[in-house]
Amino acid sequence: MPPKADRSWAPLTAEQLEQRRIIGINAETVSHTAANDIPGHYGPAQDDSWNLERFSENLKVNFHANQSYNAAFSLVGVDASIANAFRRVLIAEVPTLAIEDVFIFSNTSLIQDEVFAHRMGLVPLTGGEEGLRWMRWFRKPPPADDYAAQAAWEEEGYDESESVPSDYNTVVMSLQVECRWATQELDGRDGKALAKAGSNDPEERYVNSNVYARDLVFEPQGQQEQFFSGENRIRPTNPDILIAKLRPGQKIDIRCHCVKGIGADHAKFSPVATASYRLLPSIEIKEPILGNDAKKFRRCFPRGVIELEEDPTTGQTKAVVKDTMKDTVSRECLRHEEFKNKVKLGRYRDHFIFSVESTGQFKSDDLFLDSVKLLKAKAERFKRHLDALEEGR
Amino acid sequence: MSQNGDHEMTDAAAGAEIDAPVKVEKQRLRLLPGSSDTAASFAFEKEDHTLGNALRYMIMKNPDVEFCGYSIPHPSEAVLHLRIQTWDGVSASEVLRKGLEDLTDLCDVVVDKFTASRDEFNASHPEGVQAS
Repeated sequence: MPPKADRSWAPLTAEQLEQRRIIGINAETVSHTAANDIPGHYGPAQDDSWNLERFSENLKVNFHANQSYNAAFSLVGVDASIANAFRRVLIAEVPTLAIEDVFIFSNTSLIQDEVFAHRMGLVPLTGGEEGLRWMRWFRKPPPADDYAAQAAWEEEGYDESESVPSDYNTVVMSLQVECRWATQELDGRDGKALAKAGSNDPEERYVNSNVYARDLVFEPQGQQEQFFSGENRIRPTNPDILIAKLRPGQKIDIRCHCVKGIGADHAKFSPVATASYRLLPSIEIKEPILGNDAKKFRRCFPRGVIELEEDPTTGQTKAVVKDTMKDTVSRECLRHEEFKNKVKLGRYRDHFIFSVESTGQFKSDDLFLDSVKLLKAKAERFKRHLDALEEGR
Repeated sequence: MSQNGDHEMTDAAAGAEIDAPVKVEKQRLRLLPGSSDTAASFAFEKEDHTLGNALRYMIMKNPDVEFCGYSIPHPSEAVLHLRIQTWDGVSASEVLRKGLEDLTDLCDVVVDKFTASRDEFNASHPEGVQAS
């Protein structure tokens, strides 16, 4: 809310509308943090009620980078509650495929079965996008000894066929690796001889001493052949993830069932490594900062935020704001006496600089679109529930 | 990434059905006791701050609303309570319906703008990054 003197019963001027977007940042405090675009906040003449046309006019999306798995863009003109909903949906509710069940036929490595199975679950997978979207949910029944979970399960009344692994809800991958000494016939080097000669390198002495994610073999089932073949096969995003270490005679023989899930259930299902936003900083120079002060002022910010300019009339160097996007809002300039009352720091409350980094299953920009669509689906679902509630069903 | 983008929060429900038979959805919205026409509390099952805060904002944008707030009464129960009080005898359920509809419209606008901006950026930046 602006200071009392600025309050009136007239609608806000363009300048006031711009001013109310800014959150104040002072040396030790922040101010004007709460949303102020609620009807009634400024008296009856200021129309802050929801208006789709106005929203559509004010909403801006600007991309800063759009690589497959790393997108950065500005979303301008939405409230924090909306931007935060998109972010939360991205992290916890966009479904992805991950290893859920690990069937261990043999594991004589040093790593324990349960630790190993957990490790497998965390390996990010990728594959044909069309196929991944075609896949349905697999509904895992609760453990036989968890009576509470079983009661909740029965109450929900799920379709039993969803709990049977099939080609449209389960992807099978296997991993069979056995470590042995390198031999002249098979590997072109004699591991034991090398060891006697003093080699300490397991890569030289043994074969399969390291188990990597690339050793996972996709086993297509039924219709999966048509979605996940060649380039589109299901595979780890990064083939070089070290899963386990072996020594001669040790072996791992497992089969994994991968299913679709969401990040709220387990972080391994989260489609993003990071999905975050920050508010665009604002720097307002209220009185000219000149000469050596200007140089010092520039050093208070990351490179590129403040530039020096020659004042055409006086010939003095002057500090000007160049690119606030690069600022980290360190508040360093507020610590120096010479800049007192000359600069005002802030952030725009409705300018969200999103950064979405995908784990590699889906493209970052598609993930954001999915998150918006999921929020919409939520709203529509509850519209149906509200209809049912009013009809008394 | 289901067909209709519709699923539950913790243990995902109705997802990628394409030719699956249409199931009756479990009712997840309740009216809490003590509610009247103009001052009502709704309980949303299996919802959290994601929908709660976004919906609270959309409803507060409605000038007919005197008060709107949400809470999650207990952290280990996936239930969201939403309180709506209105001015001048306006129905709280209608206000909730308008809030949900406004949120739907907002999402459509964001999708359109985002897609347009992305396509424009991709056309002018084949490398995917800005030259700086």
